[in-house]
Amino acid sequence: MNTEKLISTIQKIGAKIEEEKAFLTELDNVIGDGDHGINLARGFGEVEKKLGTLADKEPGDVLKTVGMTLVSTVGGASGPLYGTGFMKMGAALKGKADITVPDFLAGLQSAIEGIMQRGRSTKGEKTMLDAMIPAKEAIEAKWAETQDAKAAFAAGVAAAWEGVEFTKTIAATKGRASYLGERSIGHQDPGATSFTMVLEIAAGEV
Amino acid sequence: MVGLVIVSHSSKLAEGVVDLARMMAKTAPMAAAGGLEDGSFGTSFEKISNAIDAVYSDDGVILLMDMGSAVMTAEMVIESMEGRKLAMADCPVAEGAVTAAVGSEAGASLEEILADLEQVGTLKKL
Repeated sequence: MNTEKLISTIQKIGAKIEEEKAFLTELDNVIGDGDHGINLARGFGEVEKKLGTLADKEPGDVLKTVGMTLVSTVGGASGPLYGTGFMKMGAALKGKADITVPDFLAGLQSAIEGIMQRGRSTKGEKTMLDAMIPAKEAIEAKWAETQDAKAAFAAGVAAAWEGVEFTKTIAATKGRASYLGERSIGHQDPGATSFTMVLEIAAGEV
Repeated sequence: MVGLVIVSHSSKLAEGVVDLARMMAKTAPMAAAGGLEDGSFGTSFEKISNAIDAVYSDDGVILLMDMGSAVMTAEMVIESMEGRKLAMADCPVAEGAVTAAVGSEAGASLEEILADLEQVGTLKKL
């Protein structure tokens, strides 16, 4: 994936978030502070304004700018978390003009590590990591087996949705939902859901 | 004097904590960074950056945060200001602000105030 394709993919991600804004916010109303969709949509709206100026940048720099914009404009936990994720992925892709599947996997791994550190969190705490980590592992496994990018990303999206389902079965121990403790069981995590939507759009562009 | 920045999702909470601490320490440099630019709930990278600038000196600035994105956004602002003397305190915001403001006004160093703030969370009220 080159810069041009990356920029159009990010535009589609922004459009998807805007479309799902009410749904994501509703999920967050139940176990959080009810701002996830609104906040992410505001951030991606600001990202959209910057994308036009990035056509001559390498993909890693585009991702870094996306991350920094999200940090400055989201206003909720998804700002520092998605922001750190995009910035770390951008740093991992430094110098690459075209992102291959192994490049993407290395970038995703960096993003996961960055988000774990920023949120002081790990898998199984009812967060976006419960979708991200299985998705990364599934893409990696399918890619190793088939060398087929489309199949690998499809496996990643399926694993991410399974991760979202898994978040319904556990109590939150990080984030605003952790204040609900056991009462958060039965509800899916908004961050895991939005990440899966983002990955699904990216998968459609591979 | 060490500066203090109160980071909260709520502008009223941040400003209220500054007012509360001000009762005990009239001259301590304190700034509130609560809510988003439009007044809604959230934490703003820009508001936190501006609040630090407003109270910064070579003595440094301590940030007290409420929860979640307030902590993470404050951390990212600090990372963006490399070379400055900045620290986050892990303590209850209201009680911590009073402790820190009194310490600042008395001329305590950033390290001394941070050590005091570590005790704030363990103080029992009843």
